[in-house]
Amino acid sequence: MDQSYIIPFVKSVQNVFETMLQLPVQISQPELKHPGDSSHDVSAIIGMSGDVEGSVVLSFPTATAERIVAIFTGTELDASHEDFADAVGELVNMVSGGAKAQFTGKEVTISCPSVVIGSSHQVYGRKDVVAICIPCESDCGQFNVEVSIRQESGAPASSN
Amino acid sequence: MKIMLVDDSKTMRNIQKGILTQLGYTELEEASDGLDALSKVGAFQPELLLVDWNMPNMDGLTFVKKFREQGNKAPIIMVTTEAEKSRVVEAIKAGVNNYVVKPFTPDLLSERIKETLARVAA
Repeated sequence: MDQSYIIPFVKSVQNVFETMLQLPVQISQPELKHPGDSSHDVSAIIGMSGDVEGSVVLSFPTATAERIVAIFTGTELDASHEDFADAVGELVNMVSGGAKAQFTGKEVTISCPSVVIGSSHQVYGRKDVVAICIPCESDCGQFNVEVSIRQESGAPASSN
Repeated sequence: MKIMLVDDSKTMRNIQKGILTQLGYTELEEASDGLDALSKVGAFQPELLLVDWNMPNMDGLTFVKKFREQGNKAPIIMVTTEAEKSRVVEAIKAGVNNYVVKPFTPDLLSERIKETLARVAA
């Protein structure tokens, strides 16, 4: 995967969490995600299509997600509450939208988000696209942004 | 002032409701997508609309076009993650009066609302 696609997600996750939650996020070194690597308990997933295609996953341990959702919504919601998934989905929507806006000169569409809740689940993307895990640390706990995207053949070259 | 919030995320509608309530606006109606909004505008007669872009069933841009085709003049603020210049231009051409990119601070949304209403009143 083109490494220049990672920086927009780093900037975007920091911007979204800082702006909407007043929650600073520290980023560790992004790493390749291998099939079978442990995942988390709450995953918000969004698809990208157009000049760049693939998926983006925002993945949390339950306790971290609940703390973050409490700040975002102003209400304590546990993971089983119907509004919990909505809040986590909106976060991945903003992170992905903010990143795609930095893909200069590319037409990219994002899907409506999906949210998976379940202890230690795995999220598998397309087999032919490498997934990069961006580890994030905040006062609410650790979480990951997993980016598995590639430039569609025929799309204009990246200028990031 | 009657304001309609059109967003598929209840979380986002609640955040907007909180900001609008603080500004003194309490006559609020919610819609979860463009279709839902179209079915409610006739009865509610909004004087301002905050509209998301990416929604299921009918996206915000399609809603704006249909709303304007029906002759509705109420100002619309697009509140969306779609931040590219080309998208902003597309939205303005469709009949959007102002634009807020998510994520936003309460101050920014408040400012855009005041700015939009002032422009309409001028």
